[in-house]
Amino acid sequence: MSEKKNLFNKVWDLHNVGTLPTGQTQLFIGLHLIHEVTSPQAFAMLRERGLSVMYPDRTVATVDHIVPTDDQARPFKDLLAEQMMSQIEKNCREFGVTLFDISDSRQGIVHIVGPEQGLTQPGLTIVCGDSHTSTHGAFGAIAFGIGTSQVAGVLATQTLALGKPKVRRIEVNGELNPGVYAKDVTLYIIQKLGVKGGIGYAYEYAGDVFDRMTMEERMTVCNMSIEGGARCGYINPDQTTVDYLRGRPQAPQGSDFDKAAEWWLSLASGPDAEYDDVVTFDASDIEPTVTWGITPGQSIGINENVPTLDSFEEDDRAGVQEAYEYMGLEAGQSLKGVKVDVTFIGSCTNGRISDLREAAQLVKGHKVAPGVKALVVPGSQLVLKQAVEEGLDKIFEEAGFEWRAAGCSMCLAMNPDKLKGREVCASSSNRNFKGRQGSPTGRTLLMSPAMVAAAAINGHVADVREMMEPVGV
Amino acid sequence: MSEIKQVSGTCIPLILDDIDTDRIIPARFLRCVTFDGLGEHAFEDDREQNPNHPFENPKYQNSSVLLAGRNFGCGSSREHAPQSLMRWGIKAIIAESFAEIFFGNCTALGVPAVTASSTDVDELGRRVEADPQLEVKVDLVAKKVTAGDFSCDIDILDSARDALLSGQWDFMTLLLENQEFIKQTAEKIPYLNQFA
Repeated sequence: MSEKKNLFNKVWDLHNVGTLPTGQTQLFIGLHLIHEVTSPQAFAMLRERGLSVMYPDRTVATVDHIVPTDDQARPFKDLLAEQMMSQIEKNCREFGVTLFDISDSRQGIVHIVGPEQGLTQPGLTIVCGDSHTSTHGAFGAIAFGIGTSQVAGVLATQTLALGKPKVRRIEVNGELNPGVYAKDVTLYIIQKLGVKGGIGYAYEYAGDVFDRMTMEERMTVCNMSIEGGARCGYINPDQTTVDYLRGRPQAPQGSDFDKAAEWWLSLASGPDAEYDDVVTFDASDIEPTVTWGITPGQSIGINENVPTLDSFEEDDRAGVQEAYEYMGLEAGQSLKGVKVDVTFIGSCTNGRISDLREAAQLVKGHKVAPGVKALVVPGSQLVLKQAVEEGLDKIFEEAGFEWRAAGCSMCLAMNPDKLKGREVCASSSNRNFKGRQGSPTGRTLLMSPAMVAAAAINGHVADVREMMEPVGV
Repeated sequence: MSEIKQVSGTCIPLILDDIDTDRIIPARFLRCVTFDGLGEHAFEDDREQNPNHPFENPKYQNSSVLLAGRNFGCGSSREHAPQSLMRWGIKAIIAESFAEIFFGNCTALGVPAVTASSTDVDELGRRVEADPQLEVKVDLVAKKVTAGDFSCDIDILDSARDALLSGQWDFMTLLLENQEFIKQTAEKIPYLNQFA
């Protein structure tokens, strides 16, 4: 029986508290991550009703969105940010929740901190008032974003009312070409399946490419599931997952770890597992991918040209026209050579140590092009520390990048790092929506950290493969 | 919690696809600890760049039904987005489709988010543009929208419809009722019990 169940259904069933009168499942939540933006109103709802946090030890808070990445002295210069910071400190203190504040070396972007500390584990249900919670699916957890009213519900009951989604398996088989990264894989999938393609689905990523990926690469892929409309995306746990978790502070220790690992591996979808849908892609078709429009699905391989209006369905053309106009790009043009004003390496998508290593390797011995503002923002304090130990900060600074403290930074414009006017930003983040990076007319080109590094050095969008050492003989 | 069976009022058409929550409420307005005052910032950046934006247009200012395209509310999970629309005056949304997190947030606020076919959305949009005072009624019981002599079928997830019709759309009360079942479930989850 159970071998027909995929991981999603096994984990869902384990956490099923019962069926609510509305027909939804009441789902137990194994880990509730909170941050300063979407939690203050939830704690206020608890106070209004005289409720407490039901499982404070299954709740962990950090601060990331509003944290300045340059001057972090308290009180923050932005008084609204300071007010939010004081609020989460007060709420966590009063309700008994562990908080990684900026004076704590464990602080960082919530989706980087969870895995780093070993809080994120296979078989958990994980929620956070943040849509990129899908990141944690990289471990074979069911992880998804929720709204603030739901945050209040989870705080008070450790459960959530939810309809069960369908499961689509997305296989990418074969070998990725050199210069093609996890980010390119996820942008490619979103381009092919569309930004609405995942609505109603959880995505299971499977096949050669994901099997070979490191945990950090898997996190990049799962992170962007929501950009394809899928609230949740996951990868089955394997030895790579187990090896990553061994020794992490919040992971099981000693003989408990072996018991845990055995259970984790047993959750993986087996060969007879059933799905509502299966799609397959060939890894060799994927190029370094860059967005040209105002949704993460509007992307092309670096050697392709911006698609023409008539290549889209009639229903989509109004949105495409809006994208051309906003971006100042023309159908048929190449993105190579498009000048950039700002480059940003960081975010919950690509702010991990491996991202910084990839970029640093390309940057070494080069200089940021004149007139380009280039930022590198580690995703957590521990990523920052590791990078400094490896000398990556020096490589970036010598090349002319600004080396910043951990936070969400220029991904979303809730802190001082913002675009100005119609600036164009080559960004390793996850959203190229209108105004996303803080200027209502600012323009974002999403790409891998390596491609961002190439753009910073060239002053324009470039094919990173032209900067790489030839591989093999 | 009140039962929500019908919502009526004039309608504001914003029939574009993939309207994300950053556009509904730009992130700088999320620097707050309450949802108060978000209504006035709904679509602020879009409005500033487009003087003809429906949310800027005086003839739609008192609307309570929003008419939208596909994948409305995609992007971030910020409840600030439906909160800002609700505080602006929106009491129901008709769209071709919704992003899931946004849909759940609307339901939790008692704002019905219903879908209609592309043809019906376009036709209703034409009628509203021709007559901004047209009263549009979203009927969750009959699963229909009516406006003058126009009528069309609408759809909404059964669970959301049931919750709205029965006044249980604030899920907190339902969730709190099952404390014992919650504890029993926790007792059988391996990672909460030393993987025994």
